[in-house]
Amino acid sequence: MSFIPGQPVTAVVLHFQLSCALQQRIEICKLRQGEHLILGFSIGGGIDQDPGQNPFSEDKSDKGIYVTRVTPGGPAEVAGLMMGDKVMQVNGWDMTMVTHDQARKRLTKKNEDIVRLLVTRKSLEQAVRHSMM
Amino acid sequence: MDTESTYSGYSYYSGRSRGSHRHGERIRDHHKSRSKDGSRSEKSVTINAPPAEPLLGDSSVLGEEVQDDNWGETTTAVTGTSEHSLSQEDIVRITKDLEDSVGLDCRRYFSLTLAVVLGLLVFLTPLAFLALPHLLWPDKLLVCGTACEGLFISVAFKLLILLLAVWALFFRAPRASLPRVFVFRALLAVLVLLFVVSYWLFYGVRILDSQDENYQGIVQYAVSLVDALLFIHYLAIVLLELRQLQPAFSVCVTRSTDGETRHYNLGQLSIQRAALVIIENYYRDFSVHNPALLTASKSRAAKHLAGLKVYNVDGEFPASPATGPENNAATGLAHSQSRAMIAAAARRRDTSHNELYYEEAEHERRVRKRKARLVVAVEEAFTHIKRMQEEEQKKAPGDVMDPREAAQAIFPSMARSLQKYLRTTRQQHCHSMESIQQHLAFCITNNMTPKAFLESYLTPGPTLQYGRERWLARQWTLVSEASVTSGLKEGAIFLLKCIDFSLVVTAKRIPYIQLSEEFIDPKSHKFVLRLQSETSV
Repeated sequence: MSFIPGQPVTAVVLHFQLSCALQQRIEICKLRQGEHLILGFSIGGGIDQDPGQNPFSEDKSDKGIYVTRVTPGGPAEVAGLMMGDKVMQVNGWDMTMVTHDQARKRLTKKNEDIVRLLVTRKSLEQAVRHSMM
Repeated sequence: MDTESTYSGYSYYSGRSRGSHRHGERIRDHHKSRSKDGSRSEKSVTINAPPAEPLLGDSSVLGEEVQDDNWGETTTAVTGTSEHSLSQEDIVRITKDLEDSVGLDCRRYFSLTLAVVLGLLVFLTPLAFLALPHLLWPDKLLVCGTACEGLFISVAFKLLILLLAVWALFFRAPRASLPRVFVFRALLAVLVLLFVVSYWLFYGVRILDSQDENYQGIVQYAVSLVDALLFIHYLAIVLLELRQLQPAFSVCVTRSTDGETRHYNLGQLSIQRAALVIIENYYRDFSVHNPALLTASKSRAAKHLAGLKVYNVDGEFPASPATGPENNAATGLAHSQSRAMIAAAARRRDTSHNELYYEEAEHERRVRKRKARLVVAVEEAFTHIKRMQEEEQKKAPGDVMDPREAAQAIFPSMARSLQKYLRTTRQQHCHSMESIQQHLAFCITNNMTPKAFLESYLTPGPTLQYGRERWLARQWTLVSEASVTSGLKEGAIFLLKCIDFSLVVTAKRIPYIQLSEEFIDPKSHKFVLRLQSETSV
């Protein structure tokens, strides 16, 4: 916040969920479809993949897991997940330095019905930055 | 194929004053004069038949009215002369050749005699060295042993090789005549003469005067002379033949009329020899010079000039006779007039670019249309001819034609479309009816397709493809600021003038290339896949 003497100070009211450093927690309840538990989104990326082809990352050497597609009407969309989000944690497990297959496995554990994701969003950062200026 | 260039009087006198033997050039000139005499008799019956008329001969056969829409384009006038007429060009050319030949004959014979004399001197000297002791003091001489007689064989074979080598290098028919003497040959002749004279001096003083009895020593002396002559011949090969092979200069040759440019790599040559190489390559590489293609730009230039006129309303006459101050005023007036003209021309809004664009598009369309008609006509004409097999020859002996008659039989069906195409591309004066029929007979004989027959008419070929009268091989003049016997240098510029055009030649040195190496281990070629998978969860 910039303070100019004599001018009114602008204050930003941050939402409760945004209080932890530009990241968002999303809770997705898996949907049972036939014999599969699906979450309703697709992931791309990983340390064994080529980061240059990721359309959502700002830094083209970022090998993190990104959400590439969200099925309309699926559990992920209902929970508020958006395309382009970078998945940082799944149920407490770190997702920034995993291979693509490890990420898939962590998301599709058969004994879990709810996954709690910690995601970062570009638009989120920009919105906060703009409001703070 | 000889080329002769006109020589200035300066070069003639400079050659004489050198006092050296120009036997190389003499030989070339001598051979050239002999061949020229043979060709001169052909020249008196050269026929320059006007090309347009003969191709129209078939129109009466077809029976339709000849309303040739391009009749206004034919520029040649048919004069009512006989077959043995000479055009003005021919007369000028013949008189010029006569003058040249009378002037150069003495030069050629002089150099030829000098060359023959030098050759005989060189060849007979070792033999004289061997024979004179036997003639002058036979009784005092020691007997020639085995080693000495073995040296006789060596002398004989070396002299034979020297004879063949000198003939191969110096005495063959020249292919061109250059304006100035060939410097290296002159220098070599001087060197050989000095060499032989010094050997004779030594022989005269130390052997003849003292009447040496050691005949083996004399024979070895003669062998050393022949060896040294062979080494001089080796030097001659390096100077005359090898030095020019390694490329050192890149020359850029541009034709002044239409800007066609080629680049050649040459070795270290004198300017006149480089000019000779360039002319020989010109005949092979450059398309034939067609003055009819340049009329369009000339008419545009004339239109530019005709657009503006300068009128002087102040009453001063710039053409008045010159006295000091008045002259300055006149030139100042002329300068201001030309500057005013340039400024006015720049401001004038003219649409000549528009005309040029549409004219070119129209011409292109017309050429393509005529070409399509021509190709169809020729293909159809070729289907009427079939090569007869051996077995059929015995069965049906009637109505069999040789290639020339076959060409004459199918020519009328394609003649008109070919003539129209040549007129549109302005090539009609390059091909006469006789040459077209000859070419057709040639293609029929060699089983060529219609496309192969047409190739020489669709694209203008090199000058050698056309008749001899287009070669203009005797009309080249070398124009150079530097002496023509000096070597090519970086940035040398000279001109090769022919009658209608000139070739501008610039020389540049080929750069010194520094090549470095880099080693790649074959095991270092490793690859990974670029993955980007997407998984649905």
